[in-house]
Amino acid sequence: MRAVEDALKIKVPNNARILRNIIEGIQYVQDHVIHFYHLHALDWVDVVSATTADPKATSALAQSISDWPKSSEDYFKGVQDKLLAYVGSGQLGPFANAYWGHPAYKLPPEANLMAVAHYLEALDWQRDVIRAHALLGAKNPHLQTYLVGGMSTPIDPTSQAAINADTIITLKELFTRAKAFVDKVYLPDVLAVAPFYLDWAGIGGGDGNFLSYGDFDQADGSYWLPQGYILGKNLSKVHPLDHKQISEHVAHSWYNYEDEKKGLHPWDGETNPNYTGPKPPYEFLNTDQKYTWMKAPRVDNHAMEVGPLARMLVAYASGHQRVQEVVNFVLAELSKAAGATIGPEALFSTLGRTAARCIETVIVAEKLNEWVDELIASIKSGDTQTHAGPDMWNPDNWPAEAEGWGRTEAPRGALGHWIRIKDKKIANYQAIVPSTWNCSPRDANGEMGPYESALKGTPVAVPDQPLEILRTVHSFDPCMACGVHLMDAQGNELVKVSVNSPTTNVSPILQLSGLKSRD
Amino acid sequence: MIDNPNIRTLVLGVGNILVADEGIGVRVIENIAAKYNLPDSVMLLDGGTLGLDLLYYMEDTENLLIIDAVETGCEPGTMLRLEDEQVPAFMTLKMSPHQVGVPDMLFAAKLKGIAPKNLVLLGIQPESLEMSLELSATIAAKMDDLVWQVIEQLGKWGHEVTLQ
Repeated sequence: MRAVEDALKIKVPNNARILRNIIEGIQYVQDHVIHFYHLHALDWVDVVSATTADPKATSALAQSISDWPKSSEDYFKGVQDKLLAYVGSGQLGPFANAYWGHPAYKLPPEANLMAVAHYLEALDWQRDVIRAHALLGAKNPHLQTYLVGGMSTPIDPTSQAAINADTIITLKELFTRAKAFVDKVYLPDVLAVAPFYLDWAGIGGGDGNFLSYGDFDQADGSYWLPQGYILGKNLSKVHPLDHKQISEHVAHSWYNYEDEKKGLHPWDGETNPNYTGPKPPYEFLNTDQKYTWMKAPRVDNHAMEVGPLARMLVAYASGHQRVQEVVNFVLAELSKAAGATIGPEALFSTLGRTAARCIETVIVAEKLNEWVDELIASIKSGDTQTHAGPDMWNPDNWPAEAEGWGRTEAPRGALGHWIRIKDKKIANYQAIVPSTWNCSPRDANGEMGPYESALKGTPVAVPDQPLEILRTVHSFDPCMACGVHLMDAQGNELVKVSVNSPTTNVSPILQLSGLKSRD
Repeated sequence: MIDNPNIRTLVLGVGNILVADEGIGVRVIENIAAKYNLPDSVMLLDGGTLGLDLLYYMEDTENLLIIDAVETGCEPGTMLRLEDEQVPAFMTLKMSPHQVGVPDMLFAAKLKGIAPKNLVLLGIQPESLEMSLELSATIAAKMDDLVWQVIEQLGKWGHEVTLQ
């Protein structure tokens, strides 16, 4: 959509700009909380251990870190009883599929029980707050209100079928509840869990190149979260980005280029599948050859990590005041718990990635109602336009040739689409999604992508239960196998994580379905 | 949110119709909707690839019938029927939140105390998991059988179902 708007030089109205920020903002907040409680927390929280917790001590722990009201002894006892009834129900399968009891779990039972309670609360919370999308004319996660040129949902304070005064009031209530959970549950939980895993501030960092396209467009044309990239963990310099620096390589990917020593800019991009791997099912892939369906995107030949950590680091290094305040607050809290100074370099790690996602959620959640106020001010000034008008939908109004790039920062990271229009048709269209940056294979020069470099040297306590590998991979929030949900009759694992070498050069081939990620 | 307060039975077809036989659950739902009259107390639901979002349909549901493609290790087209505690309900090992599926949803429903009283899973071993909107011939040939098993189960739960 933004790619076409860029190609055809369409400027979206002010209200559409604000609505896009609101919709994307609540998407971040919901997505990050779901990622933490429903995927990533289970890498740190041992659910079975919660059955042995003392509910009274759990209540004391919860009340010591937050004034969130659901924290009584009875409340935690109720959650524990349900868990016990379940574990005792004779269904032995339930926990066979994860790594419960693994020696890398370090939390006391009470912290585990508190996290299980919040796992359940987050389910209800996310369902409530994401109603903001329905109110603005969109269904999460595929938001239908977006159109080239603006938004389809009209603004009319007196109409029931449009964004009206009731909508605005409801949005404000939803966002107040969204922020309360983030401030009083999510952030305190991260700060309570992190001190038990401070060794993970030194694991999973990778090469330390970070890219943000910038997003949340402001009235003056700048981005609230800034654009740029950082090289080699150097926070003293943010390099300006020109999207023409971006190219995609296929030397180790199952595609054909005429010259595979070079990358191609997406406007000239090609996607010619060329599978040369072994016949499935297979146990091993040779990383010296082609070994994945992912292409290898690069900025001036540098692999780049994208996502919340990249955005927070680029903002931090660019002098974004609120990001600096919250990052420094979190580092100070962790320093207190550790009894030693923990500086920004700790962010280059698995723990840093997880902390950055929470920090971002805090600053976006508090921004939501500011954006609603911006919308109110705009409507009060008499502006109700949400779309630039259909003139540019008519191909007769297009130039003979045009090209555009649409950039956004999806919750998982930098997302770019490139379009070339010729003779009123799409001549080429390419997308680079966040997980392609993070999951990138090696390029023609042999440079690894972020997952691979982050996993180098990861200690693995139990080789056939590589929980530590999952921690780092999950910290990136991978988007994979979106649409395959095959159920297994015996409850056996359908996801396989294999570790080729437990010492150096750990190169786990994530043997998923081979579907290209969408995001 | 279920708007009809009379709903007691939920027939849930899950799967991805873009991946051939993976979509069998959804195809069964479409088939039943096209051929049968169902009472208000039965709700047919195309669950697609939703995972935890299906959780809230469990509220007020007494009987849950799930139709899905199931990996059994048997010949394609092999049918499977699981009841109550036999149906997998647990947190699965996964790479991405997009992989949250029915077992995770049932686990959360049990912990929240909203799991249905009666639970039946009708499964079938898929043949093709290629990108296609069409079922494989093997699985398509089992459609009538699957539909009939759903109708029979609805009868056992006391619902009157008639042909259109």
